[in-house]
Amino acid sequence: MKTVRYKRSPKNGSVMMYLNSIALSPERIQRLQEIASTSIGPLIEGAIKFTIPLAIIAFIIGLTIAIFTALARISSSKVLRGIARVYVSIIRGTPLLVQLFIIFYGLPTIGIVIDPFPSAVIGFSLNVGAYASEIIRAAILSIPKGQWEAAYSIGMNYSQALRKIVLPQAARVSVPPLSNSFIGLVKDTSLAATILVAETFRRAQEIASMNYEFLFVYTMAALVYWVICFILSIIQGRVEKRLDRSVGKGGIS
Amino acid sequence: MITIEGLQKSFGSLEVIKNVDLEIGQGKVVVIIGPSGSGKSTLLRCLNVLETPNAGKILIDGKQLDFNKSVSKKSISTFRRLTGMVFQSYNLFPHLTATGNVTEGLKTVKGVSKEDAQHKADQLLDKVGLTAHKDKYPYQLSGGQQQRVAIARALAMDPKVMLFDEPTSALDPELVNEVLHVMKDLAHEGMTMAVVTHEMKFAREVADEVIFIDGGVIVERGAPSQIFTNPQHERTKKFFSLLQ
Ligand SMILES: Nc1ncnc2c1ncn2[C@@H]1O[C@H](COP(=O)(O)OP(=O)(O)OP(=O)(O)O)[C@@H](O)[C@H]1O
Ligand SMILES: [Mg+2]
Repeated sequence: MKTVRYKRSPKNGSVMMYLNSIALSPERIQRLQEIASTSIGPLIEGAIKFTIPLAIIAFIIGLTIAIFTALARISSSKVLRGIARVYVSIIRGTPLLVQLFIIFYGLPTIGIVIDPFPSAVIGFSLNVGAYASEIIRAAILSIPKGQWEAAYSIGMNYSQALRKIVLPQAARVSVPPLSNSFIGLVKDTSLAATILVAETFRRAQEIASMNYEFLFVYTMAALVYWVICFILSIIQGRVEKRLDRSVGKGGIS
Repeated sequence: MITIEGLQKSFGSLEVIKNVDLEIGQGKVVVIIGPSGSGKSTLLRCLNVLETPNAGKILIDGKQLDFNKSVSKKSISTFRRLTGMVFQSYNLFPHLTATGNVTEGLKTVKGVSKEDAQHKADQLLDKVGLTAHKDKYPYQLSGGQQQRVAIARALAMDPKVMLFDEPTSALDPELVNEVLHVMKDLAHEGMTMAVVTHEMKFAREVADEVIFIDGGVIVERGAPSQIFTNPQHERTKKFFSLLQ
């Protein structure tokens, strides 16, 4: 690879610089080791203090919003259905980055000033709420009508049938797609860097802007995200296996 | 026990139950027969108010719902507790064990304590012969066993009347009898029952009265011996000749 590039543009100074910069001399290796050992702390701190809490808090609030939105969308009230539809449409039809900017940089111009972290929580919660509501709505609709009827036939009302019979089954159906959403959310929280939340990626930006080791530092940040998501996917696999065992494959008929 | 007056139910412009009157005495077993689409299921579902009739009155155990006026959701779910429903497709709750299926209504609807509900479930599952399977989930049970759990689930709510909508139609032939057996026992204990079924042998043995329904009207009714051996109406005769 190196020689090919070199031969193609031998007089190109920037390529020469680039090649020098990735050449791993002993001094450079030592420098990178130093950067690694000084920056891994802040990166992990960013993950523990911001990335993970942000993802968890936004997911919990988002799921709550999602359940109510899903119920509104399947309710018999035209007004509720309309409100839920508009909300989902706006959130799904606009970029998350733009939503975050509106909350953090836009709202202050009308006097609403929210700190970075709460802004991020609001933005991500609204986002999860809209996307997860579609998952939950589909899961509720996938529960056969006979389940509602059986619940009604033993005297349950709508909310009892929903809470005791339909939602527990819908929850099982939605675990795989929802855990994918959660893993997606963990990665999306890196967008919070743009609204000054000192999470993993923002730490990486700050470190790299001081030492110019962009490739190395951003790769380290990527590794931090990867480790988190890897652990999550192991947990996801276990949870799904447990659910399969307790209802049996194809147990929901 | 049950009195139905002027019951009428339409789906859109399709009139499925046409001005039906019917009474079922305390402890009586009524078998409802009729061709496909004649309105048998709809009639049972109206009694359980899974379908809201367009008109008519239903009186069960002294409590009346008058569908000629508007009825509240609350009065519907209270009224529903007077009847227990057994579905063709069992409709067990797949996320609950046999015991869980029986106790859920007791705990949620009647506010019975966990221990008392458990105790009642043990009794009922014993009655339907499933003590050995009480901790199994529906997918671990055969169709006949599932239907027996469904019967226990309905009985748990102490209904005044049990409604069965083709309870054995989805079962393999060798599993039909275990369910019919449970139903016979119930009948002998004096449970008031309305049963939609194609099991003519069961009707002969257990029914006090057989009702033949076609096109949403009761065409003929009488003792099984009379209906089966000496049907009066052409439509009833034709129905039996097609069954043969
Ligand atoms: N929810 C519904 N919406 C519209 N039409 C319906 C509905 N339920 C039943 N029907 C119609 O009402 C008529 C009577 O149906 P019902 O299920 O009561 O018949 P049935 O006698 O139980 O028939 P089967 O022996 O096939 O079970 C049929 O024409 C059916 O298509
Ligand atoms: Mg039917």
